[in-house]
Amino acid sequence: MIVNGEQMNFESDLTVDGLLDELDLVSDRVVVEINMDIVDKNQYASRILDQRDTIEIVGFVGGG
Amino acid sequence: MHIKVNEKGVSVADKSTLYEVREQHMANADVVIYNGFQTTADKDLKEADEIVLIKKGEIPDKSVIETLMMARHTPGVFKKLKSSVVGIAGVGGLGSNVAVALARSGVGTLVIADFDIVEPSNLNRQAYFIEHLGYSKVEALKKLLLQINPFVKVVSHQVRITADNALDVFESVDVLVEAFDQAESKAELVNTALTSMPDKHIVAGSGMAGYFSSNDIVTKQKFKKLYVVGDETNEAKVGSGLMAPRVNVAAGHQSNMVLRILLGQLTP
Repeated sequence: MIVNGEQMNFESDLTVDGLLDELDLVSDRVVVEINMDIVDKNQYASRILDQRDTIEIVGFVGGG
Repeated sequence: MHIKVNEKGVSVADKSTLYEVREQHMANADVVIYNGFQTTADKDLKEADEIVLIKKGEIPDKSVIETLMMARHTPGVFKKLKSSVVGIAGVGGLGSNVAVALARSGVGTLVIADFDIVEPSNLNRQAYFIEHLGYSKVEALKKLLLQINPFVKVVSHQVRITADNALDVFESVDVLVEAFDQAESKAELVNTALTSMPDKHIVAGSGMAGYFSSNDIVTKQKFKKLYVVGDETNEAKVGSGLMAPRVNVAAGHQSNMVLRILLGQLTP
């Protein structure tokens, strides 16, 4: 799959939560888009990623 | 031919010059703005030119003050901005300064939301004054904005914005500015806005702490409707505070992106 423009390969049945873990990202601080659609936070644990998916993750840091 | 002088349509003889018109309308004007640009040289006028004449030190009549305020804008911009509605979620360092820039620019309506009150540690970067200490931020900001531009309509909500109320508060806006402090609040609002208000553009902030290079702060288009301003790295944390210059750089990026979106320029 392509994550933030980079080709990545993972074992099968990776969820959004699993991908965020792999990338060391905190799920409460990100917005995730799969194939141009925003993924609802409630689906992070259940949505299985497909190897043809294009995933964009935007992480936020504090301060304002 | 027809031109505008201080927003009033007037007929002048063909081949009139700028200074001839000044002589007729306000001979003692010491600021002459020609199609958005302050000038010190006479010029031949053409059809549909817009001229603003200002006498320094004179408080103008309320009916023309808005025209005089916006006289340095690029022509044609003001009408679009005047009819626009911008939402600002959080009016701390980013949000208060974004609001000031947009009010100065003549955005017609600002919908501002924040639960907090002004306290002394805000004054190192937020737009507030000593006299605002103890007031709610939205109330203080509304007063401040109306002193800058009495023609802006400010709709204020003293409330903590969450996934549950974001749509109610910001449903009417054309563009939404995310200007919270906490990373979790930022992500929650952006997630909510992109899913429940999919037609709106969101301009968020991420990474403007410390006194790292100003040039690391950039505007990026992340998704079709999401822009993120900041260096995306330098968070506010123990040992790295938030200071006026970089927070203002980021607020400047955010407010300019808002203007660009409102004026149809969607590239960052």
